[in-house]
Amino acid sequence: MSARALINVPKSARRGDVIEIKTLISHVMETGYRHSNTGENIPRDIVTSFSCKYNGEEIFAATLYPAIAANPFMTFHTTATESGTLAFTWEGDNGFAVTEEVKIEVG
Amino acid sequence: MRWGDQAPASSPAQAGDPVTTGLASAPYNHRRRLLDAPLSRGITACVLVALLSSLARAEIPLAERRSGYEQMSPATKAMQDDDTSNPATLSVLDGEALWRRKAGDANKACADCHGDAAASMRGVAARYPAFSSAQGRAIDIEQRINLCRTEQQKATPLAHESRDLLALTAYIGRQSRGMPIDVAADEKTKPFIESGRRLYAMRQGQLNLSCQNCHDDNWGQKLAGVPLVQGHPNGYPLYRLEWQSLGSLQRRLRNCLIGMRAEPYPYGADEYVDLELFLMWRARGMTVETPAVRP
Repeated sequence: MSARALINVPKSARRGDVIEIKTLISHVMETGYRHSNTGENIPRDIVTSFSCKYNGEEIFAATLYPAIAANPFMTFHTTATESGTLAFTWEGDNGFAVTEEVKIEVG
Repeated sequence: MRWGDQAPASSPAQAGDPVTTGLASAPYNHRRRLLDAPLSRGITACVLVALLSSLARAEIPLAERRSGYEQMSPATKAMQDDDTSNPATLSVLDGEALWRRKAGDANKACADCHGDAAASMRGVAARYPAFSSAQGRAIDIEQRINLCRTEQQKATPLAHESRDLLALTAYIGRQSRGMPIDVAADEKTKPFIESGRRLYAMRQGQLNLSCQNCHDDNWGQKLAGVPLVQGHPNGYPLYRLEWQSLGSLQRRLRNCLIGMRAEPYPYGADEYVDLELFLMWRARGMTVETPAVRP
């Protein structure tokens, strides 16, 4: 059981405030273009998609490709509209699936 | 006593000596060969004076020391400044979990003896490598952790560069962040600092370079397009963008040795501990940044 994701969301915000959300997922992001010392191809193993849902409504989504470096760091802004839950989902090769939830208080 | 002020005994005339651990015969003495040649006394004197003055220029004055952080791009600095964007934080969190996990036949966790790491480990990494009476020599944090693993927890030692050992050293190192480096420089540690200094000044490998050539004499200039840092160990273990993972100081030293086309010492070698102790002494007073980010 290892730490998989770092998420930075302000604990509280005023209604209408623009807030910055920062996320980092621990992932090797193996491109599939590298070879081992013995010449064998190292198979691709990347995160392929990321999405953020704010109280069930998707506010941010991204498709990731081999060009993205290891431990993808993604930040975006949103408007704080109501208190609730931000749900972050990462999916990728080899059945990779991580979901994290963070609460936010909007007053 | 300031080691750097010592008389020619540690001059570069010895810098070319191969490491002679374990040899029964006397080490090859370059200085004696030079002085014995009857017709070249005058030339020898000039050469020695030139070498000594270059030694005086070589060591970086204390006030001019800079962390590698200062030579990074703004984007990389930003990555280190924010814990959420620093991938090494994941290792620190793993280390925190390992600290509390029971292990070995003794079924003990680090926390069972050391309690809250924020209190008990505060300042520890800033004074390592440290002298161990039980081992009779200076040891680094990784060795200290493995001594606890084998002797107290009755568990198997953690392998170098393994995920768990890196996580624990990152977690312990993190407790010293912001503190000044403060390794002991006394009669016990002096032999190991001197050994580290000799290794630092020793030319080696196919390219016949020493650490000093780049990191003392040419820091700030570029090598293969990349700015040369002074080479302080104040942020280890760190996340290196080139590695795309966390790595130890030994990993970095091996990279340098391989870059000089020298045979790297095996992981855990005394040479790395001596070098680390010398580097930490050389960086005395500088701020610990563990876990840092470097390009």
